Amino acid sequence: MDALAVFPDPPPPELARTLDVAGYSWLSVSSPEDAAKNEPPGGWAGAVVVADADPDGAWALCRAMRKKDRNVTRLLVLVSGRQLGDLELRDELFDDFCLTPFHPSEVEARLRHLVWRQGTTDVRQDLVEYTGLVLNLDTYQASIDSRPIDLTYMEYELLKFLAQNPGKVFTRETLLSRVWGYEYYGGARTVDVHIRRLRAKLGEEHANLIQTVRSVGYRFGQSRWSSASPTS
Amino acid sequence: MLKQQKDYVLHTVEERGVRLVRLWFTDVLGNLKSFAISPAELENALEDGMTFDGSAIDGYSRIQESDVLAMPDANTFEVLPFGDTMTPEARVFCNIHNLDGSPFDGDPRQVLKRNLQVAQQLGFDFYVAPDMEFFYFAPPVAGQPPQPLDAAGFFDLTTTDVAGTLRKQTIRTLETMSIPVEYSFHEDAPSQHEIDLRHTDAMTMADSIMTFRLIVKEVAAQQGVHATFMPKPLEGVQGSGMHMHLSLFRGDENAFYDEDDLYNLSPTAKAFMAGLLYHASEITAITNQTVNSYKRLVPGFEAPVHISWARNNRSGLIRVPIPKKANPTATRLEYRSPDPATNPYLAFSVLLAAGLRGIKEGYELPAEADANLFEMSDAELAKLGIAQLPQSLSDSLRVMEGSSLVFEALGEHIFEWFLRNKRSEWRAYKTHVSQFEHDRYLRSL
Repeated sequence: MDALAVFPDPPPPELARTLDVAGYSWLSVSSPEDAAKNEPPGGWAGAVVVADADPDGAWALCRAMRKKDRNVTRLLVLVSGRQLGDLELRDELFDDFCLTPFHPSEVEARLRHLVWRQGTTDVRQDLVEYTGLVLNLDTYQASIDSRPIDLTYMEYELLKFLAQNPGKVFTRETLLSRVWGYEYYGGARTVDVHIRRLRAKLGEEHANLIQTVRSVGYRFGQSRWSSASPTS
Repeated sequence: MLKQQKDYVLHTVEERGVRLVRLWFTDVLGNLKSFAISPAELENALEDGMTFDGSAIDGYSRIQESDVLAMPDANTFEVLPFGDTMTPEARVFCNIHNLDGSPFDGDPRQVLKRNLQVAQQLGFDFYVAPDMEFFYFAPPVAGQPPQPLDAAGFFDLTTTDVAGTLRKQTIRTLETMSIPVEYSFHEDAPSQHEIDLRHTDAMTMADSIMTFRLIVKEVAAQQGVHATFMPKPLEGVQGSGMHMHLSLFRGDENAFYDEDDLYNLSPTAKAFMAGLLYHASEITAITNQTVNSYKRLVPGFEAPVHISWARNNRSGLIRVPIPKKANPTATRLEYRSPDPATNPYLAFSVLLAAGLRGIKEGYELPAEADANLFEMSDAELAKLGIAQLPQSLSDSLRVMEGSSLVFEALGEHIFEWFLRNKRSEWRAYKTHVSQFEHDRYLRSL
């Protein structure tokens, strides 16, 4: 997992200890320029910004990071009680906040929640979206037109695989080996059964998100070839 | 259990704010049983199972050890689409184990699992699509005959609306619970309805039937209506059946289909059908397990009476629907005697065992009986070698008792318990003096 950016440089010793105990790798940064220069190749895993000593520098860093990666890096700001008013009108500049003096396990819990997925810094990779369908890979939740749909585990896995590969045709065998790949009831027909169940759950107006390709298999979304034509 | 699968369930519980998780299992008579745990217990339950005292469950009791272990099948975890949306609940089906981890012999789900493994060893996946029939009545009043919605004054004004809305709502609920519906319609009898489920593997289908029966009753109860799967609730009109469309798949291929055959049936299909016909009487106590079941299996109401098969003859036990040319995967056998009060796990087990016996032993399929059997005399039927299904629960129990096939399919525990339990049901029925007898004998004798 890539490092967290921590402001200011050096950070309060209590914060450094909390991050070490929680097992995060981190680098302290003193300014937006410093943060850009030291950014790991995969991007920052997140940022913890302490705003109580140098509020202007802290918000400048948040603003710079937001601008640079368009809201990808998750930001936790630490503010003192009398700074709570500063949070107003700055909602876009942080993902969560914590009051100083902070409790180590609170910072740890909030941070864990913010940078949930190990090994990636791009929160957008955790969302699969396609015309009204949204799959949140972090939380395993699916919704269509903002209405949650309840799926069984295998229905979710199948929909995830298809939605991550829109426009491609998959045979039943491929789907079985890529999506199931372990003990299951029902043999190769299982794929058809699950497709039918998914279509029912997507509802009539979205059932055609999953198309049957005759004597081949299934395709999610528009064919990459037909998408050029506006009528299709 | 797979870690991702467990994660998925735990996350869903958290994200959807599930307050209660219901662990579902089935007793030997086919009643859905459940106990609820809090989400905090769930992780532990998925990992190690939950112990409970089985002695209170019909058919689970044993002499020495009564504790059993419910192991959730995480794949069946679903949020329930009814109840209070502010405090959602979820269900998960369980396999019941002994405390040492071995499958518990009294658990119908384990019995079906074992029978499906036999089929898998032969390379077959067993698929079932049931036609579920049931009645809607006004809430029952003790001592009063059931009141169909169509006839009951209570519902006069809204009759058609109530039943139509109920069915629509039921189907929507079924589909959100991963149970796709193929067709639905008002059946012949007043207040009788049919919902046909789309085929799936037998284990999932048995679970689905348990869920189906609950949903139909639940959705109806919300509107103050009583739904029943009693096989013959009204005299003089059709009863409720659960025709089962059976097929075997070998990988992607329907093992029952043969392009070159006159009937488009493969030798596998014919031998399977021969097995069903040959053992039909032995398995009838399971497919038709109540005293009342046998009041449905009488001539004149589209229920089978004779052990025969045909392509398009609804008086026989097995019908071979003619598949559309374009869709050989739809090749199937429609076994018509079961009723919706059966235990689906056990019914699928004995049907599969009978069919597989036919395949293994190479049974010969008797000739098609395409005449209307209800119009033939006993002598004519005898000449064709067509026997009748058992006429009563007592008859069918007697045949089952001598069946090594049913003994093997169910295992000793359930076989013995079922016979004991059902004999006592028959005894209780036999001592009952009915209105029929009063009307017929009181004055004249």
